[in-house]
Amino acid sequence: MSEIKQISLFVENRPGRTAKVAKTLSDAGVNIRALTIAEAGDFGVIRMVLDDPEKGYKVLKENAFTVSMTDVLAVEMKDTPGGLYEIVNTLGLNSVNVDYAYAFVTAKAERAMLILRVDDIAKARRVLSEKNVKIATKEEIQAI
Amino acid sequence: MSGYWDPHIERMPLEDLHALQEDRLKSVVRYVYDHSAFYRRRFKEAGVEPGDIKTLADIVKLPFTRKVDLRDNYPTGMFSAPKSQVVRYHVSSGTTGKPTVVGYTKGDIETWSESLARAFTSIGLGSDDVVQVGYGYGLFTGGLGAHYGAERIGAAVLPVGTGNTERQIELMQDLGTTAIACTPSYFLHIMEVAEKMGVSIKKDTKLKAGIFGAEPWSLETRKRIEDATGIKAYDIYGTSEISGPLFTECYVQKGIHVWADMFLIEVLDPKTDEHVADGETGELVFTTLHKFALPLIRYRIGDLSIMNSEPCECGRTHPRIMRILGRTDDMLIIRGINVFPSQVESVLMKIPEVGDHWEILVDRKGPLDMMTVRVELTETGFSDKIGDLMKLKKKVSKELKGVLNIAAEVDLVEPGTIPRSMGKAKRVTDNRKV
Repeated sequence: MSEIKQISLFVENRPGRTAKVAKTLSDAGVNIRALTIAEAGDFGVIRMVLDDPEKGYKVLKENAFTVSMTDVLAVEMKDTPGGLYEIVNTLGLNSVNVDYAYAFVTAKAERAMLILRVDDIAKARRVLSEKNVKIATKEEIQAI
Repeated sequence: MSGYWDPHIERMPLEDLHALQEDRLKSVVRYVYDHSAFYRRRFKEAGVEPGDIKTLADIVKLPFTRKVDLRDNYPTGMFSAPKSQVVRYHVSSGTTGKPTVVGYTKGDIETWSESLARAFTSIGLGSDDVVQVGYGYGLFTGGLGAHYGAERIGAAVLPVGTGNTERQIELMQDLGTTAIACTPSYFLHIMEVAEKMGVSIKKDTKLKAGIFGAEPWSLETRKRIEDATGIKAYDIYGTSEISGPLFTECYVQKGIHVWADMFLIEVLDPKTDEHVADGETGELVFTTLHKFALPLIRYRIGDLSIMNSEPCECGRTHPRIMRILGRTDDMLIIRGINVFPSQVESVLMKIPEVGDHWEILVDRKGPLDMMTVRVELTETGFSDKIGDLMKLKKKVSKELKGVLNIAAEVDLVEPGTIPRSMGKAKRVTDNRKV
């Protein structure tokens, strides 16, 4: 199964940089499904799930951004108390480490979508599936 | 591997070379005493007369000349030749003070060209080569100097000057440039632009040699350039006061040959003014042995280097100076510690996560000097985990501290944000108000 490709960007922490990213994607007709910005003082990392990651990667690179693609898991999470616990507890019990995570709610919205970067993606997929946690496919993310 | 331009001189046995130097030293001392009011006054103040100079060792009796003398005697107060014999002037940009004017007789231009003809031959260039001169033409000595040297060996010269980088790369392909002379920082910029244009210097051009100078650069930068482009990168050295660019490494790449029939070099401990031994770092002091418009006696150039007088494996007997460690003017004093930008460069260029362009900012916070080194993050260095980037910052900082002995703040910046230079790179911004 092909993994979901997250696009990550290195950006300096100065006015207008995020706008430049957004404009570049918008001009290319690429839609952002989910986005998070991690900041560390004078710089930050923008992480995004896009409807067309290959195109997004290409246009950002052409515009001289430092950009990379990372495999992440998109996991459906019950939008009720305990929804997150079920997932991260399963990973923790199986010694899978979460590097970072962020969530978004889809338009269809009974469920929230949790994006996870883990140190062992194959194992995470297996142990979550065993717990009947639904893992979204690339196509599903594209079709949201 | 490559021939000699003037084998008789270049391979002259040391004792003959020293005898020639001694003759020429005596002549030049007599010449400046007779023709330059400045030197006559200077010699009198020092209590020395031309007749006191009998051997090479007597040179220590002569007074030093400094850049400030050229400024104080602006424009031509130090010249020895009458105006009728001067055929060209060059004027330094005055980056470290008032501009200085240098002049040349017809013979001086010949000697200068001859010096570079020997040098270019020593890196294997000849009449089949196309030499692209990417140094500035005009008042700066780099462009015309390299131009005359390359023409003298019969190479085809492409006098493109600085800037217009895309055109430089197109011409390099169209005319089959085999060697380029420019500043190392400008060549790094050319590499970057070529990549953007989809041109591989390795595959799409005939470039085999780079002649890089006019600013200090490190062995680590050489390695980066050579690895990325497949060319050989040679160091060129000189400064306008002694004519301009004059000397390069030979193909062996183990030091820059300084032609002893044209120049006498001393290496001094800058604190005591005593000669240091071969292999020890000191300040270079040049005496011109065959220059007539503006001969200089014991000129303190301000560059720090190491001399090696052993004959080179290329067969040349003339002494070599090792890579210039820095100019005393470029040295920063940060919290009382001497820091050369070239040291910073040598650390950074060993770290693959860091790009080719960098700069140093110096500031004062309260009583404390703060040094910030800004580096561009490369694609390979980018991790989307903040922790990895923080680790990289720490690693760069630690390596800098290991070499400089002072702590430096490291800023990671986006590629392309540090200003690119066409000529001499401006690596340091010192915002301290002293």
